[in-house]
Parts: sequence; C-alpha cells; structure tokens
Amino acid sequence: MIGHFLFRGLDRGVVVALTVILAIGVLVPAANLLLPPGHPLHVPTYLVTLFGKYATYATLALALDLVWGYCGILSLGHGAFFALGGYAMGMYLMRQIGSRGVYGNPLLPDFMVFLNWKELPWYWLGFDRFGFAALMVVLVPGLLAFVFGWFAFRSRVTGVYLSIITQALTYALLLAFFRNDMGFGGNNGLTDFKDIVGFPVQAAGTRAALFFLSCLLVAASLLLAAGIVKSKFGKVLIAIRDAESRTRFIGYRVATYKTVVFTVSGVLAGLAGALYVPQVGIINPSEFAPANSIEAVIWVAVGGRGTLTGAIVGAVAVNWGKTWFTGALPEFWLFALGGLFVVVTLFLPKGIVGTIAEIRAKRTAAAAAAPKPAPAE
Amino acid sequence: MTEPLAHRALLYLDDVRVSFDGFKALKGLSLTIEPGEMRAIIGPNGAGKTTMMDVVTGKTRPDSGEVLFDGGGVDLTRLDEAAIAGLGIGRKFQKPTVFESHTVEDNLYLALKADRGPFASLFHRLGADEAARIDEILATVKLADRRDDLAANLSHGQKQWLEIGMLLAQEPKLLLVDEPVAGMTDAETMETAALLRRIHDSGKSVVVVEHDMAFVRELGVKVTVLHEGGVLSEGSIDHVASDPRVIEVYLGR
Ligand SMILES: Nc1ncnc2c1ncn2[C@@H]1O[C@H](COP(=O)(O)OP(=O)(O)OP(=O)(O)O)[C@@H](O)[C@H]1O
Ligand SMILES: [Mg+2]
Repeated sequence: MIGHFLFRGLDRGVVVALTVILAIGVLVPAANLLLPPGHPLHVPTYLVTLFGKYATYATLALALDLVWGYCGILSLGHGAFFALGGYAMGMYLMRQIGSRGVYGNPLLPDFMVFLNWKELPWYWLGFDRFGFAALMVVLVPGLLAFVFGWFAFRSRVTGVYLSIITQALTYALLLAFFRNDMGFGGNNGLTDFKDIVGFPVQAAGTRAALFFLSCLLVAASLLLAAGIVKSKFGKVLIAIRDAESRTRFIGYRVATYKTVVFTVSGVLAGLAGALYVPQVGIINPSEFAPANSIEAVIWVAVGGRGTLTGAIVGAVAVNWGKTWFTGALPEFWLFALGGLFVVVTLFLPKGIVGTIAEIRAKRTAAAAAAPKPAPAE
Repeated sequence: MTEPLAHRALLYLDDVRVSFDGFKALKGLSLTIEPGEMRAIIGPNGAGKTTMMDVVTGKTRPDSGEVLFDGGGVDLTRLDEAAIAGLGIGRKFQKPTVFESHTVEDNLYLALKADRGPFASLFHRLGADEAARIDEILATVKLADRRDDLAANLSHGQKQWLEIGMLLAQEPKLLLVDEPVAGMTDAETMETAALLRRIHDSGKSVVVVEHDMAFVRELGVKVTVLHEGGVLSEGSIDHVASDPRVIEVYLGR
C-alpha cells in the first residue's frame, strides 16, 4: 500500500530531481572529504555547510508548496514550524554541552546559570537523549500545525485572513521566544554547540554527514509530497484550491483535508529546521521573524508554485542570489528580493519550473498539430 | 409530531424561513418531494429558489422551519454540507462549478461514490469497476472524447453537462439541479431535458430549478412556482401557466 503510494509519485521530473539531489548529496561530501584541498574539484567545508543550509531551505519550500501550491493555503508563518524544529534540536545540542560550558554546570545550560536558575525547567527534561529530541522535532511543529489547522480550517478561515493569522502566529512566537523567562535563551537563543550524537559539530566529517542528511530529507520530502499530490487525496487538495465549496458539496470534509496536509507540511518544515540548526550553529528568535516566512513564499513563487521541483529550485536559486548579494551589495538585498517578487509575479507567474513545463507542453502540442501528423501514441 | 406526509416524503420542507440581514428570502416555504419524483421549480429572479437549495444542502441554516429527508428520519438543518452529500443529496450549482485544473475524467473520479475520508483517498486506487462507471457516465453526458482535457477548456454547455455527470457519479437519491440550461442552445436544452428525464427514469428524485419555459414544458412534470420566498402555485405546467397570480408575477412580464 505504502509502496504503491510512493511509487505513484515517480513521474519523470521527480525521478530526475531525486537522482540529482542524491548525487549532489553524495558527491559534494566526497569532494570535500576525499579530495585534497589543492584539487580543482575540492569543495571547502564552508561551502558544504552553505549548501546544507540551502537544502534545509529547499525542504521548507517543499513543505510550503504542498499547502500553498496544491491546496491554496497561503501560509505566511511556515518559518514558525521550521524554527520550532530548530529549537527542539537546539535544546538537544545544548544539553550535549554538559559541563563544557563557560560556567561548567553539568546540567544547566550557560544562559540558565546566568539567570540564576537553580534547576532545569520541566520542558528541558529528556532533551539529553537524541531519540526524545528527534521525537519532539516531529511532534512540536506537527502538533502546533494540527491545532492551528483544526481551529482555523474548522472555522473556515480562508484567503488573506488565514495568511494574516499565520503571520500573527509566527510573530507571537517571536515575541515569546525573545523573553528570557521562557527558558529558551531569550534574544541570544541557543548556541555554542559542541557535539551531536557523539561527533563534534564543527568537524568536516560531521558537516559532510549533515549535508548528506539534508539532501536525503529533501529527497524523502519530494518523494512523499509527489506521492501525496498524485493520489486521490492530492486531487482533492487541488479541487479545494480551485472550488472549495464545490468540494464540500460532493461530500469531502474540506477542514479535515486541510488540517491533514497542513500538519504534514508543518512536520516537514520542523525536520528541515532541525537539520538547519547544527549546520549554522545557532537558533535564536529571529528565525520566527515574519519576514523569514515571507521570504520562503518568494522562493516558491520564483521556482514555480504548484510544481514540487520548482520549490526546490526556487529555494536554492534565491538563496544563492542572497549569499552573493549579501557579500557584494548587502544593503540592496531586500530591494533585489522585492524586485524579484514583483518581476516574477508580473512576467513569470508560473515561476521558473512552471514556465519551462509550459513551454515544453506548447512545443509538444505544436508538434502534434504540425501539418505532417505524427503517429498517435 | 410531524404528520404522515413527512413519513412518505423523500424531502420535506415545512414553514422554512430564512432572512439575510432582515431581508426575508424565504417566508414560510413548504415543499414535499416524493421518492422517485421529478419536480420543476420556477419563479422570478430573487424568488428564493437557490436559497431553498442552500437550505437543503446545508449551506444556509434556516431561522425556523423543518427540513427533513428520507421519510422524516433525518433533520438536515443539523448537518454540514459533507454529511448531507453523504446522505445522497447531490447538487448542481446555478453557475457551473467544475474543478478547472482537473481533467474531465478526474472531475468524475473525485465525484464517484466512495469513502470520502482523507486516509481512504490517500491510498485509493482507481478500480476496474470505477473506470467502467466513469466510461459509462462520460458516454451519458457525451464527453467521452474530452476525457483527458482540462475542465477549464470545456464550453459553457459542456461544463453544465460535466457537472450533471459529477452528480450522477455521486449516485445520490436526490438531485438538486439549479438552472441546468442557462446559456445553452435550443438543441442542447432539449438534450438536457432528455438527459434529466433518463436520470429520473432510472429511479432518482430530481428537483430542477429553471427559468426556461420550453424546457420545463419538455420535462413534463409537476411544477412549483415560487414567489417572494413562498409557494405561489403548484400543479401541471398548464395549470400553473393559467393561474392568474402566476401570470401576473411571472409569465405576464
Ligand atoms: N447570502 C445572501 N446574503 C444576502 N442576500 C441574499 C443571499 N443569498 C440570497 N440573497 C437574496 O435572497 C433573495 C433570494 O435569492 P435566490 O438566490 O434564492 O433567488 P433565486 O430564486 O435563485 O433567483 P435567480 O433566479 O436570480 O437565481 C434575493 O433577493 C437575494 O438577493
Ligand atoms: Mg438562483
């Protein structure tokens, strides 16, 4: 049943994308670890980490595209799920520091010692074990997405109102995580990580492994999303996007479908955040900033809303541009991003991948309609 | 207690009232549809025909009155749209609404009677019997050659037919059809009348709202005339067409 479900999603585009992602996932770490630094194909560790970050963004974009592109839910708060997954991982990494912190407290992270806390808050218990933390990486964003979806979709909040409350959600979390008494390190967040499942986070080997895992997550998310989209469930999502009330009148519970897909999407975003944090070495409340979530929407729009591979392409392309811009012309990045969004909306409404697919389809149609009729397939 | 009428009826509306911000769209509407009956409903613009369908299908909650289904056993005012559809009430909208970015075939596939739960549809596989059913419906609504086209690319009349096909795919007990021939040519109108009669002959109850008098005549069934949120007249087409009140408010204009 599951096999058939995943297999169904494998059209040509998805197979090509999976191959490319997995090839990059293996070749980049290999070029980093196996080739000597002087070699022309050697990939320096800082680039491995940078690409690893892009890969986690790509998963976030996929998660967003699943709800926005296919079900019409324009979430402007997906960064919240990403950040929550990140915080869950960050809490695990903090507890791995143990007595190696500045204050040398074996139990309490430095910021708690600094705040004069005497014991670990209850919600930090268990995070010393990786299995528990991994569970929380899935559960916390998933539960938030489920509860949020349950209330919002049951009350039939749609369109711009829904977008606004997703913004409010991430903004509320931003404010909450800023507070020192919340116990998540306040403004500074969680940082100074030492190791992850026994390996030093800074080591080239660990970086390479994290990169590989990030690519694996993109591939797995793509496979899952493609399976969902191609299934009857996916067709119902598109039906909801196109004509929500019609879908209801043929007997589908729209709120349930939306809640399910929103929860799946929240979990994927949380997993991405969990892989992001050990690679960038810090998680702080700025990850909840509304602007981050809006940026993710732009990645999807640029790559092609409603095309899964487009979400990946958009996330990588825009972030590559951002890396270049913030190095060369940092003060202009936001203008460039805004301009990009306007240009894409006006001239490339289907995004990069959507436009390519459209040109291809037109060519095939033109070939089929050519005077000398091609033999029917 | 509800009188025996409700027990015999497939659909039973009694003294239904609906108002929108003080404007009374339905003012004590009562209507009974027998099992296996086909009924035409006519009435001027704003008479409350669509609102009546909204009440039956759960889109609009009446302020008061009874809306019962299946021999009075089910109170429709307590159920949501999906539950009402699940009971076997299908609806075609006044403005044709199909799933534009799905193919004609997928539109029918989604409408086919099946478990509507999210997990059932996640793992659902199109079965041979379902494929046969889709073929059959495509032939019935004359869209077999458009099967793989996007619904967005259909003509207005074809969208109306696809929507009727989707209704058939649901295998409802009761079909509510709102202005099925709006924007159709005369030939298409007559074909649609024949199609609805065939659906009725297959044992389904059908309620058709329509302005087109030639079409209503072609259906040849009992007619209910609505006016200002209530029933003005009821009977054969010749009976209502000669009713002076009907002539005054509707036909005579
Ligand atoms: N949601 C709503 N809010 C406010 N007024 C409404 C609403 N729905 C319907 N009405 C009003 O109720 C009255 C009845 O509308 P309804 O759509 O039922 O008429 P109808 O008989 O279907 O007319 P038509 O032949 O034009 O389709 C109209 O005056 C309409 O403006
Ligand atoms: Mg109407």
